[in-house]
Amino acid sequence: MDNFTPLASLFGGALIGLSAVVLMLLNGRIAGISGITAGMLSPSGATPDRGWRTAFVAGIIIAPLALVLVTGTRPDIGFVAPVTVMILAGLLVGFGTVLGNGCTSGHGVCGIARLSTRSIIATAVFMAAGVATTFIVRHVMVGG
Amino acid sequence: MGRIFGGLIAGLLFGAGLLISGMINPAKVIGFLDLAGNWDPSLAFVMLGGVAVAAIGYRTVLRRGQPMFEPRFTLPTRNDIDPSLLLGAGLFGIGWGLGGYCPGPALAGLGFGSPETLVFVAAMLIGMVGARLSGKFFSGLTWKPKSAA
Repeated sequence: MDNFTPLASLFGGALIGLSAVVLMLLNGRIAGISGITAGMLSPSGATPDRGWRTAFVAGIIIAPLALVLVTGTRPDIGFVAPVTVMILAGLLVGFGTVLGNGCTSGHGVCGIARLSTRSIIATAVFMAAGVATTFIVRHVMVGG
Repeated sequence: MGRIFGGLIAGLLFGAGLLISGMINPAKVIGFLDLAGNWDPSLAFVMLGGVAVAAIGYRTVLRRGQPMFEPRFTLPTRNDIDPSLLLGAGLFGIGWGLGGYCPGPALAGLGFGSPETLVFVAAMLIGMVGARLSGKFFSGLTWKPKSAA
């Protein structure tokens, strides 16, 4: 557990929860990243609310950059897979989150906070699939 | 205009949370998912902080009659466990375990310009559009054959 960061992770998680509360208070919406992003991509006729979705995604991209500029410390961003595998991973994440109506934020944070049965089950399934995939990649395929 | 402001403020808070929590780092996320390795429980603390604040905040906010910039709250109403929920969550989990990215952290990492992040996000957007286009097929998935209903 060399890299364990309980306080920073708890605080960062609380900010994510606060974001969810703010979006509910102001716009009356669930802060689900996959749903917000997928809705941004829909044909304009089907999505009259593309503006706030685009602003939300812009905020997610801008905030880390702004914090890094202010604090002057670059975050650790380490990758575990080559670009080719990242393409497959991205396709699965995009397809799966839209098919399953949510991701770590919409189901894992907002849905569990609302005690939604669908979200609790979806979170259990994607956690289990993530753990199983990681085990196979890191301990079965590499023989270690 | 208010709705766009609401989206921006919430997005900024979310992006800051992803950076500070360490979720912006795929290697750290894999450290959580890798139970058999050098396990890093940090991600459980991210979820704990997020769920606790959202649960308390939602209770307070939903007591209001309506949100500030919209006429009404838009809340999911479904309660059924359908095949596409399980299949979608399963596929998402496999992709999460392969790359260490879920949608939020991948977007939050875009500004740092790594090729891995850029191709992941591009592929993710294609996957989302693909799921939307095939939505008719998948939304027709049911547990029983239609004739038995």
